[in-house]
Amino acid sequence: MKLLEFLKRERKKSASVAKERLQIIVAHQRGHRGQPDYMPMLEQELLEVIRRYVSVDQEAVNITLDSEDDCSILELNVTLPNSKDS
Amino acid sequence: MAKIIVVTSGKGGVGKTTSAAAIATGLALRGNKTIVIDFDVGLRNLDLIMGCERRVVYDLVNVIQGEATLNQATIRDKRTENLYILPASQTRDKDALTPEGVERILSELKEEFDFIICDSPAGIERGAQLAMYYADEAIVVTNPEVSSVRDSDRILGLLSSKTRRAEQGNDPVREHLLITRYNPERVDHGDMLNLDDITEILSIKLIGLIPESEAVLRASNQGVPVTHDNSSDAGQAYADTVSRLLGEEVTLRFHQAQKKGFLSRIFGGRR
Ligand SMILES: Nc1ncnc2c1ncn2[C@@H]1O[C@H](COP(=O)(O)OP(=O)(O)OP(=O)(O)O)[C@@H](O)[C@H]1O
Ligand SMILES: [Mg+2]
Repeated sequence: MKLLEFLKRERKKSASVAKERLQIIVAHQRGHRGQPDYMPMLEQELLEVIRRYVSVDQEAVNITLDSEDDCSILELNVTLPNSKDS
Repeated sequence: MAKIIVVTSGKGGVGKTTSAAAIATGLALRGNKTIVIDFDVGLRNLDLIMGCERRVVYDLVNVIQGEATLNQATIRDKRTENLYILPASQTRDKDALTPEGVERILSELKEEFDFIICDSPAGIERGAQLAMYYADEAIVVTNPEVSSVRDSDRILGLLSSKTRRAEQGNDPVREHLLITRYNPERVDHGDMLNLDDITEILSIKLIGLIPESEAVLRASNQGVPVTHDNSSDAGQAYADTVSRLLGEEVTLRFHQAQKKGFLSRIFGGRR
């Protein structure tokens, strides 16, 4: 009986894991919606440039492109590691 | 003037063609003059689902290239009045479809029909984009599965940017979610995404829910759209979907597991 319940609980998880994963995936996709095709390349190259100076991982760099009426604003956010650690 | 509705999904094999055929049939049965167009050039199978494969002479590409007229290529459904099929080419390469050609055909058909249903190929590339480009509404077919939901979200992104309505700044394409191959038992067991989770993640309005059903394979074996099997769960679920598409309020069915009787609980397995 215990085992059965345990198995059941394990199963319950798979659909909710799927949901959590999807929420993250979809949020990420929507962040990139409608952006120009060169953005992923630009993001990658900027990351490489930054890495020549500080060691950061992929998530530390966040690039967004906002468009207003007559211009677009490229915003680059880099979370640098604590200076003590580097 | 016809309403153009694309049936699309991103991911392959989720039930676009099954749904396009069933919905077009349902619309025609309700008295709407309807044509269903196969946009899956090179991999056509709408004609098989509609059971008219032996009557295909000309196809979409022939019409675009001026080798046949629309009248010659359009097949009139044998079972259902008001229903027509425009098949895709079996042999040509995908580039044979041009935006100008598609626009010309659609605007000609728009005069004559109430509904134009476009069965999109899988993917998010050219073929899928062409199928959705001129749409007024979109039915996004989604299975309760991570990859399918993700692809549906990508399709929603395309619908809001890569369609004529988006490019010309008109009212956006109306998006409907159609969940297919839903298995309430597995949802209850917690190993299938449930319908609320899917609608919440994609945040578009649900137009229908089609259960995983043996009737679908039976229908495709026979070449008779499942809507005609009106004693089956899937047939009824598609009929409900059509009613909602026509603006009626219909309560959702087939989203809950059947309560097992005493005997089947003892003798029948859980699955
Ligand atoms: N509700 C359902 N229950 C059971 N089987 C289904 C259901 N809907 C679709 N199928 C099956 O899934 C398979 C794929 O269906 P279909 O050809 O309609 O998908 P599709 O999205 O058009 O595929 P493609 O991307 O290749 O064009 C078929 O074998 C079909 O019988
Ligand atoms: Mg198909």
